[in-house]
Amino acid sequence: MTAFLSYTVIGLFTGAAYAIAASGLVLTYSTTRVFNIAHGAVGMVFAFVYWDLSQRQGLPVWLSLVLVLLVMAPLTGVFIQRVLTPGLGTAPVGVSLVVTVAILVGMIGIATQIWPENSAARSIPQFFQGDLIHLGGVIVTPQQVITIVISAIVAGGLYVLLARTRVGTAMRASVDNAELLSLYGGRANVVAALAWAIGTSLAALAGILLAPIIGLQYYDLTLLVISAYAAAMLGKLTSLPMTYVGAMGLGLAQSYVVGYLQDIPGHDKLGGLPACVPALFLFAILVLLPQAPLRIGQVKGIISAPVPTIKRSLVFGVLLVVGVIVMASGMADSTLTNVGTAIAYSILMLSLVLLTGYGGFVSLASFAFAGVGAVVYCKVDQPNLLGLILAIVITAIVGAIVAIPVLRLTGLYLALATLAFGQLMDQLFFTSQWAFQFDNPLTAHRPSIFGFSFGREGRYVDLMAVMLVLVALVVIAIRRGRLGRMLIAMRDSQAACGTLGLDQRWFRVGLFAGSAGIAGLSGALLAGLRVTISSSTFIYFNSLILLMIAAVWGVTSITGAVIGGAFMMYLPVAQSNYPTYAGLMFVVVAVGAVILGRNPNGLTYWMFRVPGWIQDSLYPVLADRYPGLALKARAFEVSGEEDEALVPVDAADAGHNSGEVTSDVVASR
Amino acid sequence: MSLLHVDDVVVQFGGVTAVNHANFEVDEGTVTGLIGPNGAGKTTCFNVITGLQTPTSGRVSLDGRDITRMPVHRRSRKGIGRTFQRLEAFGSLTVADNVRVALDIHDGFGGLFRSVDNDIDEMLELVGIADYANERADSIPTGTARLLELARSLATDPRLLLLDEPSSGLDESETEAFGELLRHLAGEGRTVLMVEHDMDLVMNVCDVIHVLDFGTIIAQGTPAEIRANPVVQKAYLGYEDAPEPVGAHARTDVGDSGSDSGPDSDDDTKVLAL
Amino acid sequence: MSVPILEVIDLHAAYGRIEVLRGVDLRVPKGAVVALLGPNGAGKSTLLKVISGQMEQTSGDIHLGGVHVTGAKPDDLARLGLTTIPEGRSVFPNLTIEENLLLMSYAGVPAERVFETAYSYFPRLHERRFQLAGTLSGGEQQMLAMARALTSDPALLLLDELSMGLAPLIVDELYETVARIAQSGVSILVVEQFARTALRVSDYAAVMTGGRVVATGEPDEIGSIMADVILGGAA
Repeated sequence: MTAFLSYTVIGLFTGAAYAIAASGLVLTYSTTRVFNIAHGAVGMVFAFVYWDLSQRQGLPVWLSLVLVLLVMAPLTGVFIQRVLTPGLGTAPVGVSLVVTVAILVGMIGIATQIWPENSAARSIPQFFQGDLIHLGGVIVTPQQVITIVISAIVAGGLYVLLARTRVGTAMRASVDNAELLSLYGGRANVVAALAWAIGTSLAALAGILLAPIIGLQYYDLTLLVISAYAAAMLGKLTSLPMTYVGAMGLGLAQSYVVGYLQDIPGHDKLGGLPACVPALFLFAILVLLPQAPLRIGQVKGIISAPVPTIKRSLVFGVLLVVGVIVMASGMADSTLTNVGTAIAYSILMLSLVLLTGYGGFVSLASFAFAGVGAVVYCKVDQPNLLGLILAIVITAIVGAIVAIPVLRLTGLYLALATLAFGQLMDQLFFTSQWAFQFDNPLTAHRPSIFGFSFGREGRYVDLMAVMLVLVALVVIAIRRGRLGRMLIAMRDSQAACGTLGLDQRWFRVGLFAGSAGIAGLSGALLAGLRVTISSSTFIYFNSLILLMIAAVWGVTSITGAVIGGAFMMYLPVAQSNYPTYAGLMFVVVAVGAVILGRNPNGLTYWMFRVPGWIQDSLYPVLADRYPGLALKARAFEVSGEEDEALVPVDAADAGHNSGEVTSDVVASR
Repeated sequence: MSLLHVDDVVVQFGGVTAVNHANFEVDEGTVTGLIGPNGAGKTTCFNVITGLQTPTSGRVSLDGRDITRMPVHRRSRKGIGRTFQRLEAFGSLTVADNVRVALDIHDGFGGLFRSVDNDIDEMLELVGIADYANERADSIPTGTARLLELARSLATDPRLLLLDEPSSGLDESETEAFGELLRHLAGEGRTVLMVEHDMDLVMNVCDVIHVLDFGTIIAQGTPAEIRANPVVQKAYLGYEDAPEPVGAHARTDVGDSGSDSGPDSDDDTKVLAL
Repeated sequence: MSVPILEVIDLHAAYGRIEVLRGVDLRVPKGAVVALLGPNGAGKSTLLKVISGQMEQTSGDIHLGGVHVTGAKPDDLARLGLTTIPEGRSVFPNLTIEENLLLMSYAGVPAERVFETAYSYFPRLHERRFQLAGTLSGGEQQMLAMARALTSDPALLLLDELSMGLAPLIVDELYETVARIAQSGVSILVVEQFARTALRVSDYAAVMTGGRVVATGEPDEIGSIMADVILGGAA
C-alpha cells in the first residue's frame, strides 16, 4: 500500500510537470495552428539556461527563475511566433512540421554548442533538497510538492487569463476565427505573440522542474514533447481541463509501470518500457480518434523540381555507377566507407522523396525504419539478394503497421505518430535482445549476388551505387507513372480524388509502406557496409537531421536526395573534425531549413535554374560587353539547352509559392 | 423510378441549420436544377449526396439503396460524380493528366495495359477544351477549369453528375454551348443535378427545378412553373407585404448585356455623388 | 457638399487568377444608407472584404472620410470606426454571449457601455448571457452580431448578407435594427441579396454584376429592375 502511495506521488509529480508543458503546447497550437514539435527542446534549452544562471554563475534561484521564465522564455516565444513561424498556421502541415523540427534541431544545436557534453556533469539541485516530508509513511520531496502546487497555480492562472480577461477571451476567440477577431478590432498578432510567450515560458518551467529528476540532458527533455502531446491529444489539442486529466493519467501510468515492472519476471529485458509509456499512450489515443473529414478547398498547384525521363535517368545512372567504380578502385578503405555511407543516406533520402516530396506526408522516423532494415538483414543472416529483399519487405510491413492506426487522420497526426514510433524503436526495440541489445553491435555479412561476391570494400560500394541507381529509377518511374500522378492529385485535392473514387486511406498506407521499404534497404546496406552496426546509428534525432537536410537540399528531386545524402554523411565528419563548432553546425542546418522549408524543392530547385539564368540573363549582358565571348557563350547555350531539357513544361514557370493554401474550408456552404 | 432520393436530410453546424428537412428526387435521364439564394444550403446538399458531409439526420439513396453512410469513394464507384464550386482541379498536373488520373482511378488495375490517350482526347473534345490539353490546370481560366472538372468527372462514367455552379466563368457563347452539352449528356442517359445562378441557363436547360430556401425545398416544377411561382420570387427578393409577379414592373435589363435605364456602369456614381 | 464617408475608385481585386472586382466605383455619402444589390458571385462580399482590409486589392483606391486607407489592416480600421459584420456567422461560437460582447469593446467603447447598450436593445441576449453563442439559433446569433454595430459607435457600418439563412420574421427584426442605427446618423453600406428588404431601409442603391457596379439610383428605381437582374428576363 505504501508502495502504491509512493508511486502515486511520483506519478502526480510527473503528471504535474507534463500538464504544465502540455498546457503550453495547447495554448500555442490552438491560437496559431502551428504545432510546435520543438516545445520540449525549448524547455530543455531553458533548463540549461537556468542551470547556467543559478549554478554556474551563482545567481540567486529566484532571480534566475525570473530571468528565465519572465524574460528570456517569453521573448523566445515571441521570436518563434513572429520571425520563424509567421503564416504557418495556414500552410500545408508538412511545411509547418519541417520548420518546427528545424527549431528543435536548432535548440539542440544551441545547447550542445554552449554547454558541450564533455565538460563536468551538470545537475540542477531539487528545490529545498533534503527537507523530506513524511506523509503517513510516504516520503514526499519538496520538489514534488512544489511541482504539483505550481501546476495547480498554472491551471488556475490559465483559467483566470482565458475566462476572466479580455485578452484571454481574445485568445480563445482567435482559435475560432482570427480574421473575425481583427474585424472586432482585436490584434490577432498580439494575441498570438502572447500565447507563444506564455506557452514557451510554460515549456521552460516544465523543463526546469523535471531536469533535477530526469537529468540535464539534451534528448530526454526534448522528448518531453511526446508526453505533452499525448496528454494534449486527450483534449484534442484544444481543451485544457482534458489536457490536465491526460497529463495526470499519463504521469500515474508511467509511475506505476516503473514501480511494478520489477515485480514482473523478465523485467530486465523491458528496461526501456517506462520511457515509452507516453508513446504507447499516444498510439492508444490516436487509434480512438474519429475519422477526419476530407479537406475541401484546394492547395494551389505546386511547382515541382524537374523529373527526368527514364532514358535520361538511365544514362545518368550508368554514368554515376561507372564514376563510383572508377573512383572506388583508387580509394582508401576509410574514404570508401564515407562514400558508402553517403550512398546509404541518399537511398534513405529517396524514401523521403517518395513520401514527403511526392506524397506530402512527413515522417520523423526515417532512421528507425532504416534500423529495422538493418536488424532484419543481420538477423536473417542471408548474405544475398534474399536478405536484402526480406529487409525491404519486413520494414515495409512495419511501416504499414505504423500508418494504419493513423490512416483516418491528417498529416500532423501521422508525423507525430512516427516521432513516437521513433522513440519506441530507440528505447524499446533496438536496445532489446531481439535487436542490438544494449549497444551491442550486430554483425552483418556482405552479400554475394548471382555468384559475384561483394565482400571487398570497393566492390561493396559499387554494389551500393547500383542499388542507389535502381531505387532512383524506381522512384522516377513511380513519379512519371500512374501512381505518381495520383500522389500529386491527392496532394492537390483530396476532395476531388475522393469523388473520383479513390480510397485514399489505403493509398496512404501503401505509400508509407513503400517509403519504409526503401528506408529498410538503406539500413540493410549500411549494416553490410559497416560490418558491425549498433543502435546508436539509428537514434531518432538522426531522422530529424535527415529531414532538415532534405528540406535544405530539396525533397522533390533525385539530385536533392543524392546531394542531401552526401551532406548527411559529411555533417558528423565535419563535426568530429571541428568539435568546437559541432552544435553550431546543427544551428546552421536548422536555420537553412527554416528559410528553405517553405519551398519543398530546396536549393536544388535553384541549381536547376542556373543554366536557364545564364542563358537568359547573363549571356546577353556578357555578349554585349565582350563580343569576343560569343563563341564561348554559344558553348554555354548548348549545355544550357541540354539542362533545360531536364526541366519539363511544368517546372518552367517559377514565381508561384509552392503549396500555398488558398483556402481550407472543411464544409463550405 | 427516380435515381436519387434525398429524404428528410438535416445538416446542422453548431446552432445553425444549413439543411432543414430537405426532400427531393432526381429522375433518371433528366437535367434537374437546384436553385436558391446564397446560404440556402445547396452546396451542403451536394456534400451530403457525395459523402463529404455527414448529415445530422435523414437519408440519401441511389437507385433505392441507402448510401447515407457510404464513404465518398464508394459512392463514386456507384456512379456519382461531381464538380466543385470552389475549383478542385489538380493544379500541378496538366489538363490532360487531370483526366488521365480520373481514368486511372476509375480503371483500377484493369487499366494498367490499356492506352487511355484516345479517351482523354475524347473527353476534352466533348467539353470543348482540347486546346488546353498540355497546360497546367492552375494556369487556365476559371471557366475552362470548371469544364475540366466536368471532363474529369465524365471520365469515371457517372450515372449521376452533380455540377456546382458550372457556368460561372463562362462567357455567353460558351454558356450556350455548355447548355447543349448538358442536353447531350442527358440524351446519353446520364442524370444531371446542377446548382446554378445563371437563370437563363437554368430555365433553358433544366427539365425540373427544385428551389431550396433556408435548407428546405420550397418549390419544384418546370422552369415555367418556377418562374411564375410567387414563393420563389419572395425567396429571391426578400419578403414584402405582397408578392409581386415578375415583370409587373417595367422590364429593364441590367444584366450582363448592358443597361438601358439607370446609369451606366463606368460612371455610376452620379446618383450617389451628392 | 461634404466629403463622402466612403469612396471607392476603380477598384480591382482577384482571388489568384480569378478577377472578382473589375473596376468598382462607389460612394457612400455621410449619414446615408446605401444598399448594394446583385446576384450571387457579383463580387459584393469581395468588395466589402477589400474595404474592411481583409483582402488586398490589385489596383484602385479606397477613401474613408476623405482619407486614403489603401493597405490598412482590418484591426486598425476597426479601431478607427469602421465596423464590418461579415456574412455568415460573425460571432465566436465557442464563447459565451457576454464574452462575445466583451471582445466588441476592442473597437474603443468600454465594456460596461457595450453590455449596457446591447442588453437594452436585445433583452433576450441578457437572459442568455452565459450561454455559448454557438448554441443560439441563427437569428439570435445574427442579433449578437448586430450588437456590435449598435455598441461600437461606428463612423461607417458594413453589413454583409444579414439575412443569410434566416427566417423572414427575423430578417424583418434585424432590418428594424438597421433602420434604428441609421436614424442615429451612422453611414451604412448594406450588401443584400434580398433586394426588397434592403431597399426598404436604404436612401440609395447600387447594383453589382460581374464585378462592376452596373446601376445606381433611388431605391424605387432600382427595385423595379431587380427581379430581372436576379431571376433573368429570358423567356
